[in-house]
Amino acid sequence: MNLFNEHLLSLLIWFPVVGGILVLATGGDRRAMTARWLALGVAVITFALSVPLWTGFNRSTADMQFVERSPWIERFHIEYFLGVDGISVPLVLLTTILTIVVVVAGWKVIQTRVAQYFAAFLIMEGLMIGVFCALDGILFYLFWEAMLIPMFLIVGVWGGPNRVYAAIKFFLYTLLGSLLMLVALLYLYQASEGSFDLLAFHHLPLTGGVQTLIFLAFFAAFAVKIPMVPVHTWLPDAHVEAPTGGSVILAAITLKMGAYGFLRIAMPIAPDAAQQFAPLVIGLSLLAVVYIALIALIQQDMKKLIAYSSISHMGFVTLGFFVFETRAMEGAIVQMISHGFVSGALFLCVGVLYDRLHSREIATYGGVMKVMPVFAFFMVFFAMANAGLPGTSGFVGEFLVILGTFSVNAWYAAIAALTLIVGAAYTLWMVKRVVFGEVKNPKVSELKDLDRREFGVLLGMALGVLIIGIWPAPLLDVMRVSVDQLLTHLSVSKL
Amino acid sequence: MTVLSSHDFWAVAPEIYVATLACVILVVDLYVRSVRPCAAAYPLTIATLVSAGFLCLDGLFEPTQTVLNGLVVRDSVSAILKSGTCFGTAAVLFYARDYAAARGLWRGEYLVLTLFGVVGMMAMIGAAHLLTLYVGIELLALCLYGMIAMERDSVRAAEAAMKYFILGALASGVLLYGMSLLYGLTGSLSLQAVSGAAGTLEVNSLPLMLAISMLVVGLLFKLGAVPFHMWVPDVYDGSATSTTLYLSAVPKLAAFAILLRLLSTGLEEWIAIWQDMLLVAALASIALGNVVAIAQSNIKRMLAYSTISNMGFLLLGFFAGTHAGYSAAMVYAVIYMVTTVAAFGVILALSRSGFESNSLDDFKGLNRRNPWLALLMLIVMFSLAGIPPTAGFFAKLMVLQAALDAGFVTVVVAAVILAVIGAFYYLRIVKLMYFDEVEEGVLTISAHGYRRSMKWVLTVNAIGLIAVTPWIGKVMDFIGRSLMEFGVS
Repeated sequence: MNLFNEHLLSLLIWFPVVGGILVLATGGDRRAMTARWLALGVAVITFALSVPLWTGFNRSTADMQFVERSPWIERFHIEYFLGVDGISVPLVLLTTILTIVVVVAGWKVIQTRVAQYFAAFLIMEGLMIGVFCALDGILFYLFWEAMLIPMFLIVGVWGGPNRVYAAIKFFLYTLLGSLLMLVALLYLYQASEGSFDLLAFHHLPLTGGVQTLIFLAFFAAFAVKIPMVPVHTWLPDAHVEAPTGGSVILAAITLKMGAYGFLRIAMPIAPDAAQQFAPLVIGLSLLAVVYIALIALIQQDMKKLIAYSSISHMGFVTLGFFVFETRAMEGAIVQMISHGFVSGALFLCVGVLYDRLHSREIATYGGVMKVMPVFAFFMVFFAMANAGLPGTSGFVGEFLVILGTFSVNAWYAAIAALTLIVGAAYTLWMVKRVVFGEVKNPKVSELKDLDRREFGVLLGMALGVLIIGIWPAPLLDVMRVSVDQLLTHLSVSKL
Repeated sequence: MTVLSSHDFWAVAPEIYVATLACVILVVDLYVRSVRPCAAAYPLTIATLVSAGFLCLDGLFEPTQTVLNGLVVRDSVSAILKSGTCFGTAAVLFYARDYAAARGLWRGEYLVLTLFGVVGMMAMIGAAHLLTLYVGIELLALCLYGMIAMERDSVRAAEAAMKYFILGALASGVLLYGMSLLYGLTGSLSLQAVSGAAGTLEVNSLPLMLAISMLVVGLLFKLGAVPFHMWVPDVYDGSATSTTLYLSAVPKLAAFAILLRLLSTGLEEWIAIWQDMLLVAALASIALGNVVAIAQSNIKRMLAYSTISNMGFLLLGFFAGTHAGYSAAMVYAVIYMVTTVAAFGVILALSRSGFESNSLDDFKGLNRRNPWLALLMLIVMFSLAGIPPTAGFFAKLMVLQAALDAGFVTVVVAAVILAVIGAFYYLRIVKLMYFDEVEEGVLTISAHGYRRSMKWVLTVNAIGLIAVTPWIGKVMDFIGRSLMEFGVS
């Protein structure tokens, strides 16, 4: 058992990667069923492996746990250094859960190059877990970048009509940001006299000017990923063109990698610059929260609407980080998890409709409730969660962020709270036009309600949303000590 | 001075071995008549190269010694690079075989020229004297001119050979002029002696600057770095792909070696003179190579510009003049060679008799036609683009690290931004293979008509670029260790 715990993180990273390669080896579409079941098996086992991470996690310490550390490239003191704290554990679990969801959701929809599709998701799962566990700068960068390759293929191969443009835009945007991060990491290597240890970077004294540059370089990488205004334009394209599974993973996990990067890297390494740039980041966050929400209001395409809504919700997350307040930061992390479930589920809902009518236009639908009552229930439920209805996970995160922000600056909180109104407006308006009303399109009247597979997937997501919404205490417990420690660290100037 | 002592002999045994066997193979090929071309010469050549590859490794990590009256140096760097040259050439011939045979190029002379080219590269790698350096460069170049021109029926090949010959001769002239000036200034052609004369010369003297400038220009020309890159795309494009593979991949190891010998052993004291030249050439190569590659529709031209930008990265390792930079550049050269060989290997696997897989459009829908080959090409492209977890990433990382170490933050940021531009055209190949479908009604050549053994070698070659990741540190250490005892302060 001890050996198992010592290598749990490696197992979580490499098991899905190896599983993905095995799925790939099943070959052509003749053996599609084998590929599907194998992929599901790998995803479920990976999830099962991640459970001990949750149960065996010591909630009373902010130290890294399940640490693995061995030299890798000794010449540059690059290490194979993994570990998790209270901030990364929920994200790892979110990844393993959503991968199962994505595999099941793609079961029937994907009929071409099935093995490659599932393999890409499994390999990506391993790489994303790697991002959340890596404590060595180069290792982190490796996972961060490598993850682009499967995502690029997923959008480009199985995506919509404009997929090529979206895939390349996605790749190049992220690459530019990431390479600047690489330069910053290399600089820190010099400054620390030969180490890529991220935790050691946290305690590295840096002058104000250097911190500013380092912070901006990391900011470029993470802001693109989150994405923040004004570098958000890749997201609507990528989301709209990606297949349902790709959209789910993009929204639910990839965006969180950017936010996680702020917590693990940018803020603790350059705390003074983080304080200095806080007004800017908060300003951009509020801009995202309000302005992007208004843009979401006018979307005709459901996926685009949810994509803009994602940007808006991620604005909440960055707002929560940069007010430097315990409740706000905890709320922001809850919001990350919650948004993973809610936006993922909404993309699944759109996927359900798209599989049937091959249209994402809001105008195509109307009166879906009359023919698909069960589906309508879920769609309304997730829309409510997206709008932050109390009792759902969306409420917990947003409420905590606003509460925390209020104690720092009432104006910020007031502006952020506006989104609860606009957010409710765009989501509910979309639901009204899609789910309710009269059936105008004859094709809609022929729609079939959810099958068992779709029902199961959406039910699982709904349970996730409800559990976090009603009883967020376990989630908050896991992260509390780590968040406190991070805030204490941030409050000490490095100058 | 007169006798070749056994000590000297063993130091240059690999060169003598390859040159002798090249002559033997030339004769054997004349006498062995068979239906298949090169029935005897091909196995002999491969055997020669592989055995020479091991022979070169003898003496690895032994103290450096200069032999043959200071003409040749024998150290760990030369052991590794010579060995890499031999093995790389063997792989090249293995990939090139069917392609060249289908075009009537697969003759004894082709193999013999390849072998003499290898001798030339080995001379460049082990040069301790400007004369050895020059002889090596010329020997390689003459073999390449011949190999390109061997495709007699092709106008483009003749044009490429002519262009390469004239421009190459011009570059050699410049290089020689630089050497003669240097000789006039220092009174010696030995690199050690040149370096030793540093104290007696005034740094700002015009003749010295002229001499060094000419040497650097000649080298940049041979490397194909901007602004002396014009010949690269035309020669790459005009040559038969099997020849392009040979001339684009393997000589880069020798190119690294002559940079190392000349700039580091010979001219290190005058770094102030050549540093800026190298820096400008490096950045200009990365910029031009990456930008112009985007506009190419022919994969060989695209890879030609990719080579230009890669040479830029190689120079970037050099210009700082630090130990870390040299070892980064050496790792870069080795990884670049392995990656390029794999890239051309895929192109050759896709080419059939009477059909050149030269256009980018030939890669359309490759994932549908042959998923395995597409996956291998995907890995190669991401390695060339420097995306982790491929070896190409670690090569670029080392170079950037070394440049940053030397304090060139702006240069590194510029190189990084240009690398993003570069990523685009590698991505485009991936896009063509994976995202595009073959248009209906267009006759497409089967993507399976290559030897089974080629599939396995290609697989090892390309997958190796990812599979090496856990041990990449060992590779770096191995190469770094060879440079450790190299006379660099």
